[in-house]
Amino acid sequence: MTKHYGATKALESVSFSVPTSGIFALIGRNGAGKTTLVRILATELQPTSGSAWINGIDVINEEKKLRERIAIVPQEARAIAWMTPSQTISSYLLWRGFRLGEAKRRATESLARLGLEKYASKLNRTLSGGTKRKVLAATVLASESDIIFLDEPTTGLDPISRREFWEILRELGRDRFIFLTTHYLEEAEQLADNIGILKDGHLLASGSLASLRERIRYQYSIKLPPKVSPPSGVQGEITTGKNGESQIMTNEDEAFTISRELSENGLRFSISPVSLEDIFFQLVGEVAVDEQ
Amino acid sequence: MKRSKSSQVIAAILVNAVYEMRNYPVVLVTTILSPLSFLVVIAFVSRGSLIGQAIEGGLIMSMFTSGMALQGDLSHLKNDFKLQDMLVGSPASPQIYVLGMAISEIIYTLPAIAILAVLTRIYIHPDILQTLALIGALSLVFLTSIVIGFMFSTLSSDVVQSFAFSRLLSTLFTTITPVYYPITYIPLPYRYLAYLSPTTYAAEIVQNATGYLSIPRSAVEIDWAVLVGLTIVLFILTAKKARWKEV
Repeated sequence: MTKHYGATKALESVSFSVPTSGIFALIGRNGAGKTTLVRILATELQPTSGSAWINGIDVINEEKKLRERIAIVPQEARAIAWMTPSQTISSYLLWRGFRLGEAKRRATESLARLGLEKYASKLNRTLSGGTKRKVLAATVLASESDIIFLDEPTTGLDPISRREFWEILRELGRDRFIFLTTHYLEEAEQLADNIGILKDGHLLASGSLASLRERIRYQYSIKLPPKVSPPSGVQGEITTGKNGESQIMTNEDEAFTISRELSENGLRFSISPVSLEDIFFQLVGEVAVDEQ
Repeated sequence: MKRSKSSQVIAAILVNAVYEMRNYPVVLVTTILSPLSFLVVIAFVSRGSLIGQAIEGGLIMSMFTSGMALQGDLSHLKNDFKLQDMLVGSPASPQIYVLGMAISEIIYTLPAIAILAVLTRIYIHPDILQTLALIGALSLVFLTSIVIGFMFSTLSSDVVQSFAFSRLLSTLFTTITPVYYPITYIPLPYRYLAYLSPTTYAAEIVQNATGYLSIPRSAVEIDWAVLVGLTIVLFILTAKKARWKEV
């Protein structure tokens, strides 16, 4: 899939395949092409070239058929100010062709499922930013769609609201496929069954966290507190933060050798498989070097 | 799943008329006041002699302005709330969406139209044929403005610009042009400029039908042809140019 806006290459030969169950998170920095890709897959935007299928439905040539099965909450979508959450959900369902009674019933159910009953009759403009986002999530949850696109749904939320929103996403992903974009790596790591990493319109990698770990040079991370020096002759990459904390990125065998040595010397440390953040920086960093 | 088209129309009416009116009744007051304020001014200035034309002008202004309001409302919902993006990625049909939104604009104008209809009955006393001419011309004015409104809303990504443009067109086509007064009041070289506005043709039709203007039958036929033709051309243009899915 390729999308160009004049001379700007928003997406360049992006190709991937993911199971349409659970949660797929597309990560990347601002301007990486996440929204462009989501908008093409949600039939909102025509690609310059390429093709895509979702559950066997051609995104480009069978958009009407696909629209029967999808729902999207676009980036920067807001619940309409002069409506209540209940009205927001039921009017969306009416637009999807539900009868009024059924729309109202589903709206009530969806709000209850996400714990939003107490806001049902309040005007959206009086709700907090986090609750407004939850209302939009409840809106697509109330629909019959089994494929849901959420474009940066937690951007701008405070840490507590974000974590509350994660619970909603888990709920949504229980019986539907969620295609999520985010630039919060922790969010993708916590929620996603599969992850895609996008940079400057190029898909660098895609797969489960475990498979992404296999793709990079170092799979383990050892963290040392300030004033504890890394052992000499380490095979791997050592970085030291401003707070004096060191991180050793290395392979499995070397990680256990280093841990044994640190333990024998009675030094404090922590060891874990590399996080998505480590993977992201390794992959994005490698490409940056290649480009130079 | 069998999807109800009437539900889709009801959604637009609820969102863009019923719920909005309930929360912002001042908008409703504005839609009533705009056509009536011009009517009052024209009636006073002409010492009552132009009250009939002014009532007809009020009706034309209401219909045209409600169509133009569609542009601002669609842009507002599209750009500020991303409603159109949510609906593109859903089974909602663009045609039904616009139809529902157009009906919602008419609902907003209903109070003004009701007042003007009563004034029409009191001051103009139209017979059935005159009423039909009024309804026909007003419907075409509404259709034309709806089509223009929809086309611009899909092309504009700036709400402020959309509202400003909508007000600009409404002013140009309903207050400067001979809608509240007969075209014969305009000096001849400038009269041709008035014919650039679709509302001029509608005003000529209704003023002629109700006896406030006397023009040859052929001129009336040309007025109808221009109004119908313009509506069709704009429909075709909009169908080609307006964007539901972006490219």
